[in-house]
Amino acid sequence: MPGSAREAAGLPEPCTPHHVVQHGGPENPSVAALRDRFPEAIVRSHVMWGETTVFVAAARVHEIIRFLRDDTAHAYNYLVDITAVEYRDADQPMEVVWHLRSLPWQRFLRIKVELPTGAPLEIPSVTDLYAAADWIERECYDMFGIAFNGHPDLRRILMWDTYREGHPLRKDFPLRGRFSRAEQLSQALKIDTSGGYSTTELSVADAFNDLPEDMKQRLRDKRTAAGLATPASDEDAR
Amino acid sequence: MGLITSTGAAGGTPVRSPVPTTPDDASQDSWVTSRLDFLVNWARSSSMWPMPFGTACCAIEFMATAASRYDLARFGMERLSFSPRQADVLICAGRVPFKLAPVLRRIYQQMPQPKWVISMGACASTGGMFDNYAVVQGIDTIIPVDVYVPGCPPRPEALMYAIMMLHKKVQTERMSDSSLRREIEPDPESLLYIPPSTIDELSEPFGNSVHQTRSAP
Amino acid sequence: MSKRTIEMAVGTAGLDAYGQPIRAPLTVREQGALAVDAPWEPELESEHMLINIGPQHPATHGVLRLVLELDGETVVRCVPHIGYLHCGFEKIGEYRQYNQIIPWTDREDYLNSLGNNVAFVLGCERLFGIEITPRCTVLRVIAMELSRLMSHLVWMGTTCIDIGAFTPFLWLYQERENLYNLLEGWVGARLTTSATRVGGMAAEVPDGWMDGLNAFIRNFPKTLNESDKMLSKNGIWMGRTVGIGALTAEEAINCGMSGAMLRASGVAYDVRKDFPYLDYETYDFDVAVGTSGDVYDRYLVRVEEMRQSIRILEQAVQRLPDGPLNVDDPRVILPPKTKATSQMESMIHHFKLVMEGPRPPIGEVYVPVESPKGEKGYYLVSDGTSKPVRWRIRPPAFVNLSAIPRMVEGHLLSDVIAINASIDIVMGEIDR
Repeated sequence: MPGSAREAAGLPEPCTPHHVVQHGGPENPSVAALRDRFPEAIVRSHVMWGETTVFVAAARVHEIIRFLRDDTAHAYNYLVDITAVEYRDADQPMEVVWHLRSLPWQRFLRIKVELPTGAPLEIPSVTDLYAAADWIERECYDMFGIAFNGHPDLRRILMWDTYREGHPLRKDFPLRGRFSRAEQLSQALKIDTSGGYSTTELSVADAFNDLPEDMKQRLRDKRTAAGLATPASDEDAR
Repeated sequence: MGLITSTGAAGGTPVRSPVPTTPDDASQDSWVTSRLDFLVNWARSSSMWPMPFGTACCAIEFMATAASRYDLARFGMERLSFSPRQADVLICAGRVPFKLAPVLRRIYQQMPQPKWVISMGACASTGGMFDNYAVVQGIDTIIPVDVYVPGCPPRPEALMYAIMMLHKKVQTERMSDSSLRREIEPDPESLLYIPPSTIDELSEPFGNSVHQTRSAP
Repeated sequence: MSKRTIEMAVGTAGLDAYGQPIRAPLTVREQGALAVDAPWEPELESEHMLINIGPQHPATHGVLRLVLELDGETVVRCVPHIGYLHCGFEKIGEYRQYNQIIPWTDREDYLNSLGNNVAFVLGCERLFGIEITPRCTVLRVIAMELSRLMSHLVWMGTTCIDIGAFTPFLWLYQERENLYNLLEGWVGARLTTSATRVGGMAAEVPDGWMDGLNAFIRNFPKTLNESDKMLSKNGIWMGRTVGIGALTAEEAINCGMSGAMLRASGVAYDVRKDFPYLDYETYDFDVAVGTSGDVYDRYLVRVEEMRQSIRILEQAVQRLPDGPLNVDDPRVILPPKTKATSQMESMIHHFKLVMEGPRPPIGEVYVPVESPKGEKGYYLVSDGTSKPVRWRIRPPAFVNLSAIPRMVEGHLLSDVIAINASIDIVMGEIDR
């Protein structure tokens, strides 16, 4: 299946790019289609080192990615990566980057959204389009603090849940962390190693009564904090 | 100081029994006298079952040491025990991030005495090349370490040298020294406990890594 | 076009090794109890059990923690927890020059050190706009394929141990020792090689190294065939792997799978064929593709990949050209010592390269390669200084592991271990 659409269209086979130019070069045909269909949402685009990057408006990015995935002329069915870039220059806004790949057409596209400084860090999630986005967006949230709206289970993935130093990949986060080594160590040793269970992730229906008392209380507190009804009995604990 | 046996087993030196016996007096066979320390230490060091707390690249070199080329079975250590309850030596092979620190501590506490720790590799010994927010700068901040093995990763020969070093260390232990086998938990009520803020103050003149200014990050 | 894919002839056609239908996933009823579709298994109302595997566990290939909710022996829910090996790679990359980042690329996917080194400098060279020499290109192909072999050898050895067979581990590790000898001869290190530099390689291959490589290429297939023969038609092996943890092609693509996980499900996506680099389109090799996407197919795909790697190695050794190894660009490559100590210009270049490091123009690149785990790429963003603004590692094992809940739910506890082994995870890459 990879390359099937490209072959059917009679396009040349892929080969190793040599002497790639920094600026200019052939633009990904999907960009022209995006400009046709979402003229006001496309901010700008450029081709650098053979790769096409499209800057889009944050409000339309979910729609644009859905179009790119579903339209057979583009068929970006493979999500490679989602990440964020924060620049050292404070004037340059933080960008959220999606790397998309079309297996049938053997194309690669980079979509970027600029998050203006001062605004809350929020962006729509694409977990409903690609299952791969689940953990990738959680990592982006963990490292940058960007909230992905619509993500089913947005919580920290690489650092522990109660990590208090901040979001490590931000430029204002020092390399060795905000706390001293002794403080980091003492906080780390206080991590609850048996934690990580929550009612949203486990259907602990029948096992609820078997859980230790402090865990039951913790789960009830979490549900209260999330505004859900607390389970009065194991029947309701689902 | 070796064993003195009255059966005249291989050893070379002529045997003098302390009590004159007739040659067919079976009750004088199979008596072995020795220092208790020697026997106990010999037994402990001859088959230490390792608990490989392998996290990263050093774990691969540990596996290579256990494989057929550099064989750990020469030390009686081929039986890797993944349950801490049945292990003698915890070989921490690989970098330990802060998220893993309480797990390592708990595993160490679950091991029964006598136990030893080999810190394999630069990352386990000092944090290695990872001087950043995420990595424990040496597992000796969490658990007591007996032997440190430098290297990134250490060659299998280096790990074997460390094991032999540990054997030498074990052979100098004494059963009468109970402080070796005592584990002290950090107790906030104890007068020996130093809170992190005091540690920061004390280490100020030596450079606290967050406030280091002597080199660029 | 040369034949591109091999359809693995041992398709399961919906039956397992004993001719029984592949275990159907269990269905969830309203009260949360599970029932098997086949009527011969009685329905037991029982409470579920929470089991925690890891983070310290022999079968988790590193520090992975799986929280399983079991109904008897059957997994109802699986929640993986990662991050126990998160060491801040991407953060530290922002504080290091491009050549200084290369040792970090060794340590993240530590089974594929050479491959990571090559992948990283491919990205750097695109960012710098440098064309490497023909000799360097072929040597890097050799490095990548050796790295693929090393990774698959560990994968196969540890999977055998997980499923219960200890002996192939020792055989395959002996082959790894032979590879270690080669690597030690070339770059001086067994595992963490740091073999590349921006614009070339760290060292030229020594005299006699090619003979060693040829000897390895001759002898390795025998060991591989021996281990393969022991496993591929083995009733125990097939019984534990056939029909386990299957993913359909659509699911696999949507979940972002890559590498053997995707190819075993029938999708012939190999970065070497679809987005070629290092002139891979000029080598004659096939891509192994499975049919049902279960653990057995993934095993077959990886074994076949090893055979194809040997094929590529033979061709690369044939075509290795003479010539310079590194590009002749003083902005990125250190000048030879004789020049640096005698000519002013070279001395200045040397000074700037060591103190400041090579500086690329402002820009960004993402160059993917086919690592043994899947599609790996380093997304580099440069602001013109000698240290990158952003060094993003696209971790194939991370995305592959995220699909473990859907592969595991409905299977037995012992299948969890087999499925986990088949993903070929390396926590160093997952957690970075």
